[in-house]
Amino acid sequence: MSVTMTVNGTTITRSVEPRTLLVHFLRDEAGLTGTHVGCDTSQCGACTVLLNGDAVKSCTVLAVQANGAEVVTIEGLEQEVLHPVQQGFWEKHGLQCGFCTPGAMLTASYLLSTNPHPSETDIRDALDGLLCRCTGYETIVRSVQRAQEIMDERQTEERETKIG
Amino acid sequence: MFTTPFDYRNAHSVQDVIEWLQEDPDNTKILAGGHSLLPLMKLRLSTVSHLIDIGQIPELQGIVLSDNELRIGAFTRYVQLVRDPSVALAAPLVAEAARVIGDLQVRNRGTIGGSLCHADPAADLPAALLALGAELEIAGPAGKRREDIDSFFLAPFITTLAPGEVLTAIRIPRIAQGARSIYLKRPHLASGYPIIGVAAWVVLRDAQVDSCRIAITGIGSVPFRAFSAEQMLVGQTFTRDVILRAAEQVASDQSFDDDDDGYKANLCRVYVTRALAALGNQG
Ligand SMILES: Cc1cc2nc3c(=O)[nH]c(=O)nc-3n(C[C@H](O)[C@H](O)[C@H](O)COP(=O)(O)OP(=O)(O)OC[C@H]3O[C@@H](n4cnc5c(N)ncnc54)[C@H](O)[C@@H]3O)c2cc1C
Ligand code: FES
Ligand code: FES
Repeated sequence: MSVTMTVNGTTITRSVEPRTLLVHFLRDEAGLTGTHVGCDTSQCGACTVLLNGDAVKSCTVLAVQANGAEVVTIEGLEQEVLHPVQQGFWEKHGLQCGFCTPGAMLTASYLLSTNPHPSETDIRDALDGLLCRCTGYETIVRSVQRAQEIMDERQTEERETKIG
Repeated sequence: MFTTPFDYRNAHSVQDVIEWLQEDPDNTKILAGGHSLLPLMKLRLSTVSHLIDIGQIPELQGIVLSDNELRIGAFTRYVQLVRDPSVALAAPLVAEAARVIGDLQVRNRGTIGGSLCHADPAADLPAALLALGAELEIAGPAGKRREDIDSFFLAPFITTLAPGEVLTAIRIPRIAQGARSIYLKRPHLASGYPIIGVAAWVVLRDAQVDSCRIAITGIGSVPFRAFSAEQMLVGQTFTRDVILRAAEQVASDQSFDDDDDGYKANLCRVYVTRALAALGNQG
């Protein structure tokens, strides 16, 4: 079947078997191997990407279900500068081996897009579907909190530059 | 992991689904959010030759609130139930139960219709929908029919839905004015599914129970209503003693499978007590 989707702003069309999972489409067809397969049983969240803006486990979505959709993977998070979530993870040591990190970052960016000022409980709740085998949960939570501050700081800066 | 090969069709109307289902009913499945079906197919516990995607059928989407009921399209994702203001107003119990399903990613994909049709005895939403007296709209080759949710679940993973039928919407009567409601879940530590989930609401008039409903999921072979405890409660003053008696009634009415040590009966007693006590403290 022919499947077309916009991945990180670039439209790609491929002919795939209907049973192709979104994660394999991204890794094998689009060549974006930043999206990791952890459990392959819908549990770990390592494969999380944004599908039309929503965080989803790409091992539990068929590529054909994403036909016509916009997808953002970890490769698409950084724009001219690091995404606040990437910056936050860097500053607060939110990653150890890095395996769960793409999923953690996309889940965090989804949280901040729907709730710009989450409480610590909101953050922990949002990360419920993410398993970090290195068990670095505390630093991940701190990273998301830092990301939220960075978002606010950048907004203030932007406002000040406009006024200045 | 890959599923076995299948062909895939994207339906644009309920009519498409009904027609396509008839071509090969035994080997065809409807694909909604895919969060029960795809994991099963990946593990090859389910092999399907044809999948019909119902994700782009306008008739199956949307939440409409009228004077006396809320109508929820079968393909409404959990995240929409959590956020929708009319659900919060007319059936807060549904939003409360949807909020504790799986995790954020699961709630972004799973649908109310998928949850009901899959009929996992540990699904969360059935308890809320039983407690609210939901009615199901079903379409099939013989036309449309309505079914009370009380009779829908037959056994684990088995409902009254015939091959070839589609669940199209869920109708929920507006919750009574002044009702207090709760969904109390004890999640399994690994899976997150409820070991028990208690959905309950009560209307109190001068501290007396005017009306109430209790429904329980996770612990029985199908989700069930606690009819005799509901009856017992009506007209009683809503005290600790009465609550304990009602909880005892729920636990003793049921015979739980694999419960020689009485763990499930006890869990049932404890969770019904906690849910009702929490209702007593609300308001
Ligand atoms: C990691 C994980 C954790 C989870 N945790 C929970 C939890 O805590 N609580 C909980 O309740 N659930 C949980 N679930 C299950 C989740 O809620 C599923 O999404 C739900 O059970 C099925 O809904 P779906 O839309 O994904 O349906 P699908 O998987 O697409 O379909 C399920 C079945 O229903 C049929 N079907 C779907 N829609 C219709 C329709 N309109 N008419 C007729 N047949 C239809 C399909 O053919 C299929 O047989 C979890 C799932 C995962 C992956
Ligand atoms: S690889 Fe998708 S959830 Fe683990
Ligand atoms: S950083 Fe190693 S799995 Fe999370």
